[in-house]
Amino acid sequence: MTNSSVECIECGAALNLPDDVIRGEILLCADCGAELEVLSLDPLTVDLAPRTMEDWGE
Amino acid sequence: MRIGILCSRVRVEEKLIFAAFEKAGIMPVHLDDRQIAARIGEFAPEIDVLLQRSISASVGLAAAQVFEASGVQVINTYMASSICADKLRTSLALAQAGVPQPLTEIALSHNAALEAIERIGYPAVLKPVVGSWGRLLAYIKDRDAAEAIIEHRAVLGGVGHDIYYVQEYVEKPMRDIRAFVVGVETIAAIYRTSPHWITNTARGGVASNCPITAEIGDLCRDATLAVSGGEGGIFAVDLLEDPDRGLLVCEVNHTVEFRNSIEPTGVDIPGRIAQYAIQQAEIVP
Repeated sequence: MTNSSVECIECGAALNLPDDVIRGEILLCADCGAELEVLSLDPLTVDLAPRTMEDWGE
Repeated sequence: MRIGILCSRVRVEEKLIFAAFEKAGIMPVHLDDRQIAARIGEFAPEIDVLLQRSISASVGLAAAQVFEASGVQVINTYMASSICADKLRTSLALAQAGVPQPLTEIALSHNAALEAIERIGYPAVLKPVVGSWGRLLAYIKDRDAAEAIIEHRAVLGGVGHDIYYVQEYVEKPMRDIRAFVVGVETIAAIYRTSPHWITNTARGGVASNCPITAEIGDLCRDATLAVSGGEGGIFAVDLLEDPDRGLLVCEVNHTVEFRNSIEPTGVDIPGRIAQYAIQQAEIVP
């Protein structure tokens, strides 16, 4: 794990980011269960991930 | 050679695919489908090949059309993807190619649906023509259940809910088979075992390795050719084991999810996907 961390939008807990994190990746907050999407890496920005839509998936 | 990967939500699969390209020494362009705004007739993306991985079926289909119209080779093609995304079109394509599949009827009204279910016999399965992750499937044990489902759809349903895709229930051995096709070759297969009649791993089915027999390989090739107009691509073919008729093709998926299948099969599925895209890019004129 890297030292990079980000604050959960939902509960404020600190989330550690994996070393190979990429834009668009979904992170799960261990404290509140919120799904966060990495919007950008520089600057590091996250937001709540979009909710599942009816036509998602295979 | 410029390769793009179109996605929005980066799932485990997309992350593994990006890593596979990197391992092959190629950095694909990461395209976010939410940022696509293409002026008709003028869209000129700076890529030769697009690996279409949108999590949304409808967004992926729209993107495939505009990228193909601009001369980009899209994997999978719009034509193949649009067939796979629609169970009716898939069934018609399989039937035309003589690929064995479960007994299926399409009914275009609520009354016709009840008649179709009665003809198919109980238990029957109702599926949305367009759907994913095993959602909105109905296992219909008897006429009472059929009438209840049909009444709910008649009263609550929206556009398209009076199109009924009715299928026999295949008495499979608590599992089905998910086979992964790259090009026209079956590279890996898993059993998806579940006490529930819906065996999708997204719904809790457990994956284990399924040896690729000649029958599986041949059937998956035929199904792939049927939905892709003979071109091949990257597909996941779902097979049911019928005790009397052998293997039946249940569906063909065009945006393949494979996270649970690498470990049990030992096959580098993202690596094979990247390799295929690179090969396609190398032969783009």
